[in-house]
Amino acid sequence: MYTPIIDDCHEPVVELEHISFSYREQQVISDLSFTVKERDFVGIIGSNGAGKSTLMRMIVGLLPAGSGQIKLFGQPIRRFKDWERIGYVPQKNSFNPLFPATVREVVLSGLYNNKNLFKRVSKSHQQKCDDALEVMGIQDIAGKRIGQLSGGQQQRAFLARAMINRPDLLILDEPTVGIDAETQADFFELITHMHEHHHMTFLMVSHDMGMVESYLGKNPKQQNGKINFYVRHSHEIQNCEERDLQHSLT
Amino acid sequence: MAIDIMLSDFFQRALAGGILIGITAPLIGIFLVLRRLSMIGDTLAHVTIAGVALGFLIEVYPLGAGLVFAVLASFAIEKLRKAYKSYAELSIAIIMSGGVALASLFFTLGMGYNTDVMSYLFGSIYTLDTQDLYVVGAVTLVVAVVVALFFKEFFLLSFEEDAASVNGLPVRILNMLITILTALVISTAIKIVGALLVSALLTIPVAISLLIARSFKSSVILSVVISEIAVIIGLVIAGIWNLAPGATIVLLLIAFLILTMAGKKGFSN
Repeated sequence: MYTPIIDDCHEPVVELEHISFSYREQQVISDLSFTVKERDFVGIIGSNGAGKSTLMRMIVGLLPAGSGQIKLFGQPIRRFKDWERIGYVPQKNSFNPLFPATVREVVLSGLYNNKNLFKRVSKSHQQKCDDALEVMGIQDIAGKRIGQLSGGQQQRAFLARAMINRPDLLILDEPTVGIDAETQADFFELITHMHEHHHMTFLMVSHDMGMVESYLGKNPKQQNGKINFYVRHSHEIQNCEERDLQHSLT
Repeated sequence: MAIDIMLSDFFQRALAGGILIGITAPLIGIFLVLRRLSMIGDTLAHVTIAGVALGFLIEVYPLGAGLVFAVLASFAIEKLRKAYKSYAELSIAIIMSGGVALASLFFTLGMGYNTDVMSYLFGSIYTLDTQDLYVVGAVTLVVAVVVALFFKEFFLLSFEEDAASVNGLPVRILNMLITILTALVISTAIKIVGALLVSALLTIPVAISLLIARSFKSSVILSVVISEIAVIIGLVIAGIWNLAPGATIVLLLIAFLILTMAGKKGFSN
């Protein structure tokens, strides 16, 4: 049984309380309780059909939990409105590759949230987009159609879209499926670098044990059915004093 | 002779109506095509015909009755789509056959007005009266304003519905809005090209622009431009050679599509 280390300063970001979910009478997730705290990096690993994508969809509000409660940043998900605090990188095959959208249009769409309804795309939005493109090193291909890019470039574009709001929580759903090993390693290096150097929380569904173990350790911190949770805790990279100092600066 | 036709009131009204539909059809069509809902155009068109037939039967403004039917059908489609989530096309098949059944029922109940109803099946742009033109104008205004207001949200919804949800957008309301706009556009467009050809106006300009445009914005602009060129040239050709205007516009669009495909192939070789 996993015993949490006492950590008083890092706030809970995602709280799962006694979550259960059945799919056609088959219990996929049963009585799962798990807390992700700010600046944690959580890897959710499991075989096909283990329910990891189901869990992810529940956390981002795409699926209602069968029973139990989900809280985001301390608020029950039903009442949660601050969606710009969450960046979401979907699975690679979640869009139509023939869709006529440029990388810039896709990255900008990260800003199209409930708070920007009725607002026009402003110069400051364009600047945010330029910044996100530059951070991901894809400013040269901003004018290309998203479907014409390689898998690795596409995922960088989706990561740029997720990062455009400078979110507090980044959720990645099997971000490296269908990408060659070398690009996968580059991508993983990029997000672990982001975790170490930016004040962000990561929640990643992955099938890649090697990558996950190398950053999050060999032993899962918790198990539920066929789903394993690997965690690199916030306090491993930042103690409470550093955290409070960073908060007072921002 | 040709000049006389083009200067006549009925032709001017047809041209004005055609130009307005030429804007709205691809503007809504692009969201349908990109979300793989092209068939919704045909479905709503068939239901509109049932409304038009009822309008004639109970002597209510037919286009208005068609419009109400189309909007009701669009709600029914959304409802069925939710009930049969993995079988999206099932809702379309059910509503389409329901529309045809109702239309034929009303046809047989009101023998004698068939020629008028026929004009809605194949379009009769030259019979557009001032009232029709006001309705088309109002629909164009509504469609243009709503699409301008929600352009970026509709883009994300079409590109990746899950991402729109995760961004906290009111996905259900936006989906419903697109369906209602589609119903409005179709019920007015059938007077121009007819129920049987209406989906051509919604989809072919978009199909052409998808071959050429690189960005979403340019595909929207391009599909409207293509549709306007086809409508204007089509009406002029039909006027000069006394051809069926709706059919001429649609065949012209198909010719544009073939030329673009051939041009693109030649270019890539």
